[in-house]
Amino acid sequence: MTRSNQNGLSRRRLLQGASALGGAALILPAGVRRASAEPMKGGVMRFAIAAGSTSDGYDPGLWDQQFVQVFATARHNYLTEIASDGQLVGELAEEWASDDAVTWRFKLRSGVTFHSGKPVTVEDVIASLNHHRGEDSTSAAKPIVESITDLTKDGDWLVVTLSAANADFPFIVSDYHLAIMPAVDGKIDVTSPDGCGPYVVDSYEPGVSATLSRNPNYWKTDRAHLDGIELITIIDPAARQNALLTGEVDVIDPVDKATVGLMQRAGNVRIISVAGTQHYVFPMDSRAAPFSDNNVRMALKFGLDRQELVDKILNGYGALGNDHPISTSNRFHNSDLPQREYDADQAKFYLKKAGLETLDVTLSAADAAFTGAVDAAVLYAEKAAAAGININVDRAPNDGYWDNVWMKKPFCASYWGGRPTEDWMFTTAYTTGVPWNETFWSNARFDELLLAARSELDEAKRREMYFEMQKIVSDEGATVIPMFASYVMATNDRVGTPDQIAANWTLDGFRAPERWWLTA
Amino acid sequence: MTFLWILVGLACLGLSAVVLGWLFRFPLVALTRGELRRAMRGAPLMASFGMLVILIYAAVALLAPVLAPYAEREVIGAQYLPWGEGHLLGTDNLGRDMLTRLIYGARNTVGIALATTALAFSIGALLGLWAAAVGGWVDTVLSRIVDALMAIPALIFSLLLLTIFGTSIINMILVIAAIDSTRVFRLSRSVAQGIVVMDYIEAARLRGETMWRLITREILPNAMAPLVAEFGLRFCFVFLMISSLSFLGLGIKPPTADWGSMVRENATLISYGDITPLLPAGAIALLTVAVNFVVDWQLHRASGLKD
Amino acid sequence: MSELWMMIGKRLLYGLLTLFIVSVIIFGASEMLPGDQAQALLGQSATPETLAALREQLGLNDPAPVRYWNWLAGAMSGDFGISTSNQRPIADLISGRLYNTMFLALYAATLAVPLSLVLGLLAALWRNSIFDRVANASALTSISFPEFFVAYILIVWLAQGGHFTSLARIRENTTFVQRLDMTFLPALTLTLVVTAHMMRMTRAAIINLMASPYIEMARLKGLSPLRVVLRHALPNALAPIITVVALNLAYLITGVVAVEVVFTYPGLGQLMVNSVADRDMPVVQAISLIFASAYVLLNLLADVLSTLSNPRLRHRR
Repeated sequence: MTRSNQNGLSRRRLLQGASALGGAALILPAGVRRASAEPMKGGVMRFAIAAGSTSDGYDPGLWDQQFVQVFATARHNYLTEIASDGQLVGELAEEWASDDAVTWRFKLRSGVTFHSGKPVTVEDVIASLNHHRGEDSTSAAKPIVESITDLTKDGDWLVVTLSAANADFPFIVSDYHLAIMPAVDGKIDVTSPDGCGPYVVDSYEPGVSATLSRNPNYWKTDRAHLDGIELITIIDPAARQNALLTGEVDVIDPVDKATVGLMQRAGNVRIISVAGTQHYVFPMDSRAAPFSDNNVRMALKFGLDRQELVDKILNGYGALGNDHPISTSNRFHNSDLPQREYDADQAKFYLKKAGLETLDVTLSAADAAFTGAVDAAVLYAEKAAAAGININVDRAPNDGYWDNVWMKKPFCASYWGGRPTEDWMFTTAYTTGVPWNETFWSNARFDELLLAARSELDEAKRREMYFEMQKIVSDEGATVIPMFASYVMATNDRVGTPDQIAANWTLDGFRAPERWWLTA
Repeated sequence: MTFLWILVGLACLGLSAVVLGWLFRFPLVALTRGELRRAMRGAPLMASFGMLVILIYAAVALLAPVLAPYAEREVIGAQYLPWGEGHLLGTDNLGRDMLTRLIYGARNTVGIALATTALAFSIGALLGLWAAAVGGWVDTVLSRIVDALMAIPALIFSLLLLTIFGTSIINMILVIAAIDSTRVFRLSRSVAQGIVVMDYIEAARLRGETMWRLITREILPNAMAPLVAEFGLRFCFVFLMISSLSFLGLGIKPPTADWGSMVRENATLISYGDITPLLPAGAIALLTVAVNFVVDWQLHRASGLKD
Repeated sequence: MSELWMMIGKRLLYGLLTLFIVSVIIFGASEMLPGDQAQALLGQSATPETLAALREQLGLNDPAPVRYWNWLAGAMSGDFGISTSNQRPIADLISGRLYNTMFLALYAATLAVPLSLVLGLLAALWRNSIFDRVANASALTSISFPEFFVAYILIVWLAQGGHFTSLARIRENTTFVQRLDMTFLPALTLTLVVTAHMMRMTRAAIINLMASPYIEMARLKGLSPLRVVLRHALPNALAPIITVVALNLAYLITGVVAVEVVFTYPGLGQLMVNSVADRDMPVVQAISLIFASAYVLLNLLADVLSTLSNPRLRHRR
């Protein structure tokens, strides 16, 4: 587990941020290194992106899909940034510090201006964060900033007070929703594209395309190599691949995993696959029979051929899941847990323990949950049948899936993009009573460990706690996590990228526009 | 060069169709009696080829479990295997046998399409003829309703309805039939309007015939030709509708095999020159062509033309 | 002729009625759709509090009839409102796409209508010949392939070879000629899709008349077959042909969402499907009304032309 050690942020470094490391680590961005991958200047890179809707807009609280996420990162900056190697570095925050993990101080970088020419101030940061807070906030990011009780200005410093200690707070402000936008009368204008990021918006047609050109005043001198970028929504996977093959675009994301092999053979194409935290899940409603019985849940966990799903749904571009949401790219991945495998006898054993001979359940799925969800459910049903588990696959319409099926039907398909920290992931979806706890699962020991780990200073102890939590979720949790899906993108041979590509989100953590370049 | 080969292939296909049609006419003539036998003897080769194809499809649909090498939803190996031993036509996106899926697809697809079209025509044609024959406010009201329903694009309307009611097979049949029937109504009304001004209808009215008799005995037979032609096309539109719906994520529920969804599931392969997705599409095309050849023949007979 | 004008006036009134019924149906159907716009916008990240706040902000808490009335009152005064999902005026959102949709429909119609009429006529003239069979079989084959699949095949064949572009990316500075070139593949796809229907109806309508006594008479007079078809059969077969052409033209405007998706062509169909998914009612309503108007007007045109082509209909008692 050398990788997780590399990624490990020491407690000291985390708490003291840049001040302990000196500016160098921050100013030298992770993207630039080695002569072999020397970036070139110029050119217009064209990205074809799958998700994008005519209802998209500039309101950061409503960003939910890849197009707006990449588009936002291309024109905005954030307080902190997750570098390619998973380290947290400062972006608009030059440094940060905290004594108790309750009060956090961020020093704002000076001399940065918005595209409109207005300097970036602490007031702008406060307004940007406040957009996601408060009673009447409609932001999807509301839950992650809920712990903020107060935001104040102290010279060049932003002072954040939390309701409880959180050692991982600087990670939270790297979230893609929390873009720093200019404040007008203490509020941000959600209809304006103005930001302080690498590119300036020239045109935007929601659901169709956006064109941007380089921000001439961008403060990072070794980023944003391109003269401009063009983001195009191409929803149909075949059309996306054709666009790359016919030279209409330079980058496509994602690649249809089913045909990625054929695509590779087509030549002049580079497939980029990054194993990240994105995982596909089958959550059960732990309050509803029969899923309230952990033996039934265990039977369902053993009745699934994970390898087959990774082979057929992900075409090998992914990793086996072990029924907990922490991936190998996380800091505290529990590698001691034995990998759970398809075992019809074990499944039968647990069924018998639950007092059942056979089990009939309905699994609702739609490709809105994840690409191939319906197929995955069909494969699941095929294999589970051998263990006496009859899964009736109910294909739900994509339209309205998250409203009508997810967290409404007792057993369904879902996905998580994953979170950069264990605490963030667990807090979002596994703590008792949180809104996105999709299994309605509640475990006292787990909740207790989570709270303790959040403010634990000793890294070894923290690791131990997260290990135990992963075991609890894996053995008692109400969600089947068969696989971690890699982000799979493709580029033509003109596109140059750094050697290491970030795993926190697709397209180099959404930052391909400023980290990648064109060679010809 | 490729184009040349395609031409050669198509010519071979056409030739074998003619030969098969010719051969198939013998059993047809031998097995039928009387009026029908005379008709069969005069059937053009293409029509008898069409009947052969329809018969084969019907047999495949009925005998699917016997003919198929595997079970409908059985996964037999890796995905997208090439054609070969054990999986004659390769495997699909989940590693299920393509041939098996095609055979079961015949049963599901043809059954659904037939039910839908029959329903659409019984509703649409009857109402359309009735509206034209009666005229007046019945015509006005029906036409207004149908106009409003038709003014909503079919695909979007079915998307709305199926999202509301769910995508079970019954719902799908009802929704597509309801939407199709408005199109049939429009056509049959417009055809019948040309007929009801004819003198023989006037005569029948004066004879005091009931409306039902007027419609079924006088108007329907004379409106038959365009309706039959429409039936041939509507039938294949159902496959397309299902395929388009699965393009929008609302097809027939898996793991049920149907050709429309199979085209969708495997369509990406065509970009890489793999012709596997052509199989279900070809199955639809062949049936469409066959049905319409038979329809053409009937049309020709109905028109009373000798040549 | 005044009767004809009366009819047109009456039909236009009916057209308004149709639009009204359509708006009620669409509104009712959208009300019945599971989930509302707040849920659609927030998706997987919705929490009860944010949902409540967003509902309040979007005015979704009013009862349905009130919302319908507000919308109707606005629409009557020409104000279709703003898109509730991204606050853009609907007129802005739609105008560019409307132009794109009409452009593509006209382009495809210019290719498809003459082609199918000529093919249909020739097939009727040379019925049961090799030409008839081949034309029929190829038209039927092309029609039995789903649109998106026809599009893929054309892309593989024509775009991967480098002849045409597979992305119809329309920009503000795209010239008319560039536009014709960019949208050639979508137009060709649509042509293949609609030709068979029109061609077969032309053929059927003409053949249907060929056994009529007056055609028999014309033939006995020794007129050439082409003359018989063109001068005697075609005029009387026009009504059903016109109806089918109008239906297909309406389809070209309203039903091409799959083609728009594959070629990423920013037309109304995609906007409509998107807006349904987002439960963006004002946009859905506005587009439904555009589609409905296109349909009503085309049908009115078809009926006027049919009436003109059939003297018996003109003088109906």
